[in-house]
Amino acid sequence: MFELLGIPPQALFGQLLLGLINGSFYAILSLGLAVIFGLLNIINFTHGAQYMMGAFVAWMCLNYLGVNYWAALLLAPVIVGFTGVVIERLFLSRIAHLDHLYGLLLTFGLALIIQGLFRNQYGSSGLPYQIPDALRGGYNLGFMFLPTYRAWVVVASIAVCLATWFMIEKTKLGAYLRAATENATLTQAFGINVPLLVTLTYGFGVALAAFAGVLAAPIYSVNPNMGADLIIVVFAVVVIGGMGSIMGAIVTGFSLGLVEGLTKVFYPEASATVIFIIMVLVLLVKPAGLFGRAA
Amino acid sequence: MKTTALLLGTALAALAAGAAQAQTSVKVGVMNDRSGLYADLSGEGSVIAARMAVEDFKAAEKGIKVEIVSADHQNKPDVGSTIARQWYDQDGVDAILDVPTSSVALAVNQITKEKNKIHINSGAASSDLTGKACSPNTIHWTYDTYALAQGTGGAMVKAGGDSWFFMTADYAFGHALERDTGAIVTKNGGKVVGAVRTPFPGTDFSSFLLQAQASKAKVIGLANAGGDTINSIKQAGEFGITSAGQKLAGLLVFITDVHALGLQTAQGLVLTEAFYWDNNDGTRAWSERFAKANGGKKPSMVQAGVYSGMLHYLKAIEATKGKDPTAVMAKMKEMPTDDPLFGKGSVRADGRKMHDMYLFEVKKPSESKAPWDYYKQVAVLKADDAFKPLSESECPLVKK
Amino acid sequence: MADVLPADGSVTHAAAERDTASLHRNVMIGIAIALVIAPFVAYPVFVMKVLCFALFALAFNLLLGYGGLLSFGHAAYFGMASYVCAYAAKHWGLNPEFAILAGTGVAAILGLVFGSLAIRRQGIYFAMITLALAQMVFFFSLQTPRFTGGEDGIQAVPRGKLFGMINLADDRTLYWVVALIFMAGLLAFYRIIHSPFGQVCKAIRDNEPRAISLGYRANQYKLAVFVLSAMLAGLAGSTKAIVFQLASLTDVHWSMSGEVVLMTLVGGLGTIFGPIVGALVIVSMQNFLATLGAWVTVIQGVIFVLCVLLFREGILGVIAKWIKKPL
Repeated sequence: MFELLGIPPQALFGQLLLGLINGSFYAILSLGLAVIFGLLNIINFTHGAQYMMGAFVAWMCLNYLGVNYWAALLLAPVIVGFTGVVIERLFLSRIAHLDHLYGLLLTFGLALIIQGLFRNQYGSSGLPYQIPDALRGGYNLGFMFLPTYRAWVVVASIAVCLATWFMIEKTKLGAYLRAATENATLTQAFGINVPLLVTLTYGFGVALAAFAGVLAAPIYSVNPNMGADLIIVVFAVVVIGGMGSIMGAIVTGFSLGLVEGLTKVFYPEASATVIFIIMVLVLLVKPAGLFGRAA
Repeated sequence: MKTTALLLGTALAALAAGAAQAQTSVKVGVMNDRSGLYADLSGEGSVIAARMAVEDFKAAEKGIKVEIVSADHQNKPDVGSTIARQWYDQDGVDAILDVPTSSVALAVNQITKEKNKIHINSGAASSDLTGKACSPNTIHWTYDTYALAQGTGGAMVKAGGDSWFFMTADYAFGHALERDTGAIVTKNGGKVVGAVRTPFPGTDFSSFLLQAQASKAKVIGLANAGGDTINSIKQAGEFGITSAGQKLAGLLVFITDVHALGLQTAQGLVLTEAFYWDNNDGTRAWSERFAKANGGKKPSMVQAGVYSGMLHYLKAIEATKGKDPTAVMAKMKEMPTDDPLFGKGSVRADGRKMHDMYLFEVKKPSESKAPWDYYKQVAVLKADDAFKPLSESECPLVKK
Repeated sequence: MADVLPADGSVTHAAAERDTASLHRNVMIGIAIALVIAPFVAYPVFVMKVLCFALFALAFNLLLGYGGLLSFGHAAYFGMASYVCAYAAKHWGLNPEFAILAGTGVAAILGLVFGSLAIRRQGIYFAMITLALAQMVFFFSLQTPRFTGGEDGIQAVPRGKLFGMINLADDRTLYWVVALIFMAGLLAFYRIIHSPFGQVCKAIRDNEPRAISLGYRANQYKLAVFVLSAMLAGLAGSTKAIVFQLASLTDVHWSMSGEVVLMTLVGGLGTIFGPIVGALVIVSMQNFLATLGAWVTVIQGVIFVLCVLLFREGILGVIAKWIKKPL
């Protein structure tokens, strides 16, 4: 069998598949951010903390309510989405008329608060959360062992991403949302309750983050810091994809997962930074991002 | 008659006044991580341990007044050095205890030497504290990278794990762990078949685990700590690595990490620690008292080390009847150590505290009878085998 | 020179400007006096820390308040200067004044390179490019332990003898040097923003197309402000390395960039002296709340939120509005 730069093709396929799996996390998280920024012009720095809350709520559901993983997949996004609605009503609506900067600083402050509170309550080593029994084990694909749970993650993310894209681009509700982004006053003049739409959209974006959190709980350590370093990478993904583009976020999320996976094979130490290098290059060449509209 | 009584009375009064003046006032600072990755294994628990030492020593009755202050260094060397400076210069602190995270420990070590105070480090791993960076003002109490390598590396090779693949966190500490353990493995007749550097800090180790699996090494050495270790172990379970026959060796794992992972995920993990609450009656009794004050959580080896170090420090103060750093340090190295947690030991010339280390394996869920019942003991490493011999020491204080 | 008083009694622009100038002069004198008294009432090392961060915040505010450019990666210049200065003092044995100059110089060069890349874009994209570049500096620092010492950082940096004569090991002596550096930085900052160059920058910040139409090469001015800001930040970082005898990864981490934004926000985004107040507040808070551990993050978050919702002008901004003069 031929070898590509010293790596046998089986290992390469294995890494690419893993990269795709990581990409699905990036895709869902950047989808939530893209929805919030694209439709509301808010840079939601709290996204990482809301992802973390999703994982924690799943853990709480299991340990306090005896609710299992499958119910948590539905329950956690709803609960965390609701907190998002509260945040929007109480804080974000008041600064909507100001520069982007203030939204960023506000959500950054909220992220600090949420993370600090969880850290005080639960420590930082993390809490145990097991893979649900139905998804244990895996398939031996020959070139690698694919855990069933990881396959489920890819399927679930693609499903959720496509459903969201469909809803925003192809349905009437999505049309109202897009109209409200372009011209809120005019849309409101048509009788559509724009503030309600804005609040619900923010809640939806947050729910997407929480959904990713529940997906992550069984395989990543459930601790208060899990969102903090991830959020910077997800921002880079959204910027590369184009800050308002839904499809851009999805495609870029998966692609960057693949790129990161490849880097882990050839130059593992750089895998954390390759995304930023790409971001600088893209921004210099195509300032609005790969799929974005004009800056 | 009356004159004699008066003279006697005056003499007694003078004696009493003298005894009251002989009270030594000591201020000790417990500096560690109270909000981040290592908050669970040190944090408030270390302060509790220090207080228990003061109580058990009955310091008040012996005329020693002890005040304990604490601070959070957030695992940052600049925060730690600021706190240390302020404590020594402004707040009259005589000794700093604990200090996990090697980079902060090295900074505190340096400042303690400059200001001629005392540092009893219980939390950090770097063996440089008694090597290149050794100081006449520092004692390295609980464990170090050399002992961990000897334990996990040496013992596993002897037990049959003679081919190793390292997953190394790509920062100085990870590299040091890999280097030390690799050296021990080769010295004991094993082979290091490969290594991969993982970006630090990381979340997803699946691709590196895949490479480890492909290497077919008998042991996968995790040269990382904290969240990285927890994530690697969790994901190794997912990929069926341990069930396929490869063993996982955690090169720096604490009981708090096992608690965070849960036995289902952590079972079979091999690790080295200096203390386990369930080792013997002495440790059990102390740990019960500790857990009551610490919200039911049993002590980590770091917290146990703070107790043991504080106790020894107080004994030295009592013996020298004062707190002069040079005299007290000399006394601490001269007197043998003895407490129910670590048993009998001693402090070497290079500042290394000597005691036995233990190799543990994490129990299966079915084998655990109570919360925190996590370990079964696999081997005991005698102190002289565990720590770097003085003959190989790079410490300038050691005369060869 | 007589003032021309309009019939309705309002004060002319020139008179108002003279009032402001004298107000600022009094503020600076006040700061100088405070600096003289400070080491006798507070712990000198603490005051030095405040001064270093105040200078850093001033540098950041130069770019944001007067260049109109929000940089999320200012830690790169602060931290890299700190590393270079520490390395020069420790491994090359340079005197502190040369080490600090070396650090500041490197920061300026870095500012030139990064600035020319980032200036091409506006607004949030500019901010993201600066963040990405700063992340690469962090990665570089992590990957070169021989230079930066990795996560141990460069420790035991000698304070050395200033000009070969003045021993800086004593905290008091070093304090006077740091206070002088700070005053010099503050005066330089003040001079820059009140110079013709500064006026053009303000014009570009307020309405770039208009400024270009008037014939000013906006990009060159923006780049110049960027480099000056990076240089001042570098000066702050190098001084900090000498004071604490330590340069570590914290200095190049993105949370350091976040902290300087917080200091400027709390002190007052468009003000001159605001960042100094902001630095004082934030550093003091971190110091005195160190015993509270995890609550520090929560409190910082609460301050962020409150400042954005209620005190957008920052402390000095509110005072300035009250006395109706710019601060």
